[in-house]
Amino acid sequence: MSIEVRDIHKRFGNHQALAGVSLKVETGSLVALLGPSGSGKTSLLRIIAGLERPDAGQVLFAGEDATRQDARHRRVGFVFQHYALFRHMNVFENVAFGLRVRGRATRPSEQDIQGRVRELLELVQLGWMADRYPSQLSGGQRQRVALARALAVEPRVLLLDEPFGALDARVRRQLRAWLRGLHDKIGLTSVFVTHDQEEALSLAHRVAVLNDGRIEQEGTPDDIARRPATPFVADFLQAEPVAICHAAQ
Amino acid sequence: MSAIVAARRAQPLTRAALSASEDSRPVRLALTAAALGFLGLFLFLPLVAVFTEALSKGGEAWVAAVSEPEARAALWLTLKVAALSVPLVTVFGVAAAWLIARFDFRGRRLLLALIDLPFAVSPVIAGLVFVLLFGRQGLFGPALAEHGVKVIFAVPGIVLATLFVTLPFVARELIPLLEAEGRDEEEAARTLGASGFQMFWRVTLPNIRFGLLYGVILANARAMGEFGAVSVVSGHIRGLTNTLPLHVEILYNEYRFQAAFAVASLLAFLAIGTLVAKALLERRIGGSR
Repeated sequence: MSIEVRDIHKRFGNHQALAGVSLKVETGSLVALLGPSGSGKTSLLRIIAGLERPDAGQVLFAGEDATRQDARHRRVGFVFQHYALFRHMNVFENVAFGLRVRGRATRPSEQDIQGRVRELLELVQLGWMADRYPSQLSGGQRQRVALARALAVEPRVLLLDEPFGALDARVRRQLRAWLRGLHDKIGLTSVFVTHDQEEALSLAHRVAVLNDGRIEQEGTPDDIARRPATPFVADFLQAEPVAICHAAQ
Repeated sequence: MSAIVAARRAQPLTRAALSASEDSRPVRLALTAAALGFLGLFLFLPLVAVFTEALSKGGEAWVAAVSEPEARAALWLTLKVAALSVPLVTVFGVAAAWLIARFDFRGRRLLLALIDLPFAVSPVIAGLVFVLLFGRQGLFGPALAEHGVKVIFAVPGIVLATLFVTLPFVARELIPLLEAEGRDEEEAARTLGASGFQMFWRVTLPNIRFGLLYGVILANARAMGEFGAVSVVSGHIRGLTNTLPLHVEILYNEYRFQAAFAVASLLAFLAIGTLVAKALLERRIGGSR
């Protein structure tokens, strides 16, 4: 499902987090919001999810206005930076949560829940971890549980906040390749936030570079890397030399 | 060889760590003795005195003192008041703590200050305020009398006074806890389709359950032991509006020392029970981490 935001403004106290951001995310694509901390990328992601309300502007899902819709009804899968797993539930119950809270009319039977959760845990390669608690898992495992939990509700879009930020370099690379493979397999429209340009350029189909609450440039990784539109983008990319491992399709 | 080197290297480190975290032996002993002496003198000795005095005329006199109708009525009233007020301050405390920890709104600081008010105000003054509001000469007195509702010198007044003095316990226990937990898990529950109630019941509450129980236990202890505020609004009607602490005072003023201490020992039992519950809870929290 496509996502569109139109002229989003958001202010927190004296801080203008977003100052007129517009962006289109095509169905099935994987888009990175790239920028330094404080550039507004996480605020934008949270507004898309419905966790924050914009002061002005619109959020559209598949062309329909969802600006006023509660996060609960948006059917977005959100993976939090620190995973936000439910500490008092084991892995199985974490993943089952979104199914168990459904109204009686739409809630799957216990048997279907069992089947669906097992299937998702297999998908994230954690089938054998169902009885563990979050505190017993490594960072990479928590990340995958968070992903399975988000996917359990059959979301229309997947939003990931700094999905690899808290992981060490080796796990990060593995998980990145795995996530890319997963996206190719299930084709869910996805947006992820990162401050790591290599991550954005190597993983995403399209990249939006944010600075100071505005989008400086939006385009394919190739565009961004070879033809930076503003001095900021050029500067930001220069901070670290990048090898583009993946060109957009 | 390498072990010796390692030990040598470790030695100055451990010594530094020792001096940083612990004082010398005599100082430690003196501090421990002072703390234990203080506890013994002001906590343990009085408790022993209560029980020796209560049993000074033998077990039968103790049984007689605690089973006379007025003592039984006082015990019953104390339990009743606690059973009415503790659930109310629990609900209030959870709601207020959640509001304060999760939302930034105008008047947030004021609410926080108001929650602390019962800690700052003398309970006797709190009781007087309720008399001024609901007493016969009070602000709402005539209106209440017209409808035949009696608040002051009756059970409702005692419950009100108890609510006032126990108000901060649950909220104060939960606010730092909720702030430390953050909203991530609650937001995750929202994006997964949980309603407000489902989020609270399945995610927020399980995470704060031990802190909540702890606050409830403290509030309960205070509710059962409160004297000042309840004394002002109760009217000391025997068998009707006397709680255990008030009954102890009456007996004492009538020079029935043994009976006074016998009833006081009942209160002490309630307090000890509370402490045991608290200790068990702490052990469980320790175990679950």
